Amino acid sequence: MFRTPDGEEVFIIDGHTHFWDGSPENQSNIHGKQFIDCFYAYHTALSPKDKLWAKDKFEKYSAEQMHHDLFVDGPDDMAIVQSTYLTEFYKNGFNTIERNLEIAKAYKDRFIVNGAFDPRDGEKALEYIHFMKENYGVKGVKLYTAEWKGESRGWKLTDPSAYRCLELCQKLGITNIHVHKGPTIIPLDKDAFDVHDVDHAATDFQGLNFIIEHCGLPRLDDFCWIAVQETNVYGGLAVALPFIHSRPRYFAEVISELLFWVGEDKLLFGSDYAIWTPRWLVEKFWNFEIPDDIKQEHGVDLTREAKRKILGLNAARLYGVDVEAQKAKLKDASLAVAAE
Amino acid sequence: MGSSASLDRRTAAVWERASHVMDPELDESIVDLGFVEDVDIDADGGVYVRFRLPTYWCSPNFAFLMADDIARAVRALPWVGEVRPRLEDHMCSDEVNRGVELGLSFADAFAGYQVGGSIEELRETFLRKAFQRRQEAVMLGFRRAGCTDAELVAMDLARFDRFTVRDAEGLRQKPRYRSLLLERGLAAGPQDLAFVTLEGEPIAASGLAAHLRALRAIRINMEANGALCRGLSEARYREHHVEPAEPGEEHACGAAGKAEACSGCALGGTRARPDTQIPAHAPMAF
Repeated sequence: MFRTPDGEEVFIIDGHTHFWDGSPENQSNIHGKQFIDCFYAYHTALSPKDKLWAKDKFEKYSAEQMHHDLFVDGPDDMAIVQSTYLTEFYKNGFNTIERNLEIAKAYKDRFIVNGAFDPRDGEKALEYIHFMKENYGVKGVKLYTAEWKGESRGWKLTDPSAYRCLELCQKLGITNIHVHKGPTIIPLDKDAFDVHDVDHAATDFQGLNFIIEHCGLPRLDDFCWIAVQETNVYGGLAVALPFIHSRPRYFAEVISELLFWVGEDKLLFGSDYAIWTPRWLVEKFWNFEIPDDIKQEHGVDLTREAKRKILGLNAARLYGVDVEAQKAKLKDASLAVAAE
Repeated sequence: MGSSASLDRRTAAVWERASHVMDPELDESIVDLGFVEDVDIDADGGVYVRFRLPTYWCSPNFAFLMADDIARAVRALPWVGEVRPRLEDHMCSDEVNRGVELGLSFADAFAGYQVGGSIEELRETFLRKAFQRRQEAVMLGFRRAGCTDAELVAMDLARFDRFTVRDAEGLRQKPRYRSLLLERGLAAGPQDLAFVTLEGEPIAASGLAAHLRALRAIRINMEANGALCRGLSEARYREHHVEPAEPGEEHACGAAGKAEACSGCALGGTRARPDTQIPAHAPMAF
């Protein structure tokens, strides 16, 4: 729970977190090393100096650490934990659904666990979607279109095999499709993170919500254009938000563009933990005001109401979280802990 | 090869040529961005330009484009023999270096993978973005200097040339915008309009706000790239510096990788840049 300086309690759902193992023991090859190194570079490039972690802690952290950073020191009420496999780089996968389920089980009522699939698995991908729904009750998936697989260096949402998977998700009620469309991590070809495939898929699957993580950065203009046309396209603020510290004026322009094109009902807070920790992000975001000149130029404002929506209410709507009931549940749990 | 003074002159000339190569996605010089690490010239006039990108994962097609641009830019020097751009520490270093060395197309250099879209299409996409980014900076600069919207959309090239902008970004982009405008055939003579769309259409005064809004979105986007690349580049270099130095790899000047301090220091036989204009994230010699 985040308490504002004037005493308001704001409900926070952290829309994008990870419980990964990028340690050298789990790396299969140089690519595994370079992948976590690249994440660490993001961490060091955009974090405030006093929030920097040592490399070995960053490579692999404990469930206790994550719980502490999100919910004890951090202001999160709930967190969506995403699954990313990268099996070509990591022996046991980077952050698997099984690993995520473990932490979710250890800390009840805190986590929403999302699955993942790879349409290049063909029939197996379809079976796996059934499996995730039946056994884990997933409501969402994280898709990594630039993941390597054998000779393939990526796939598109518009591939026929991907369409079959999306059809099944729609049928089974796995409605929240988080798609990593962000900074370059592993694209080879024209751009495996190009956002245009979202446009077609969003039009064809009206029963699904497409949450574009990192707002397509650095292809924000393309993303805004698609989001404004498709009612079921959302923007995840991970990576965009940390600019609030290093380049606040620039962040003001980015959030203004997003508010103008995408709107306050369709943006989701995400810390991208453990790349960044949520406490400083939420505190800075709550205190943030768009400078007057930018406000006027863009014709938008980041109101308290907009902040509440972005920090939790929008994600609650997508995942069917009853905020009041959830608050009561968490309060009871913390009282029980205090009484022990 | 002549005296060391002439070698220094040639090295400086190569750095100068390399500085005209832009990161395609940022429209900023790869030298200013700190991507170029080292220039070496052998006795036959063969030139090696070592460069390194902010991450191991930077798009290979962008990397290929930059390597190819470096080769083209440096070849323009009259004394140059073979040019070998060397991309280092990247997931596709081998494919890029071999491809550029053999003069292969991007598709052939990466024949082992399924790649689509040609490098020329990519080059064109980024030139369009560069044109738009430069245009916005100049239009805003003109406005700030007192030019009305009606004057702006009706301005011809002759007036454009006489007009004085005062803000730093407007000043920097004015000649860059002009050269791209001419290069793309969107204006040729003094009577031609200075501000037109990418397709060469005039901009209506009533449509100027919408036009500028579209340009602004493109700039915000490109700045995200710039900020990320700089940050990642810094983080990558810094990481190097916190690792314990190998024996014999310490900076002679004793600077732990500080550009200001070690610009004159030669490390492990590599040559420091001859001129003193080291950018903030200058290539370190290590």
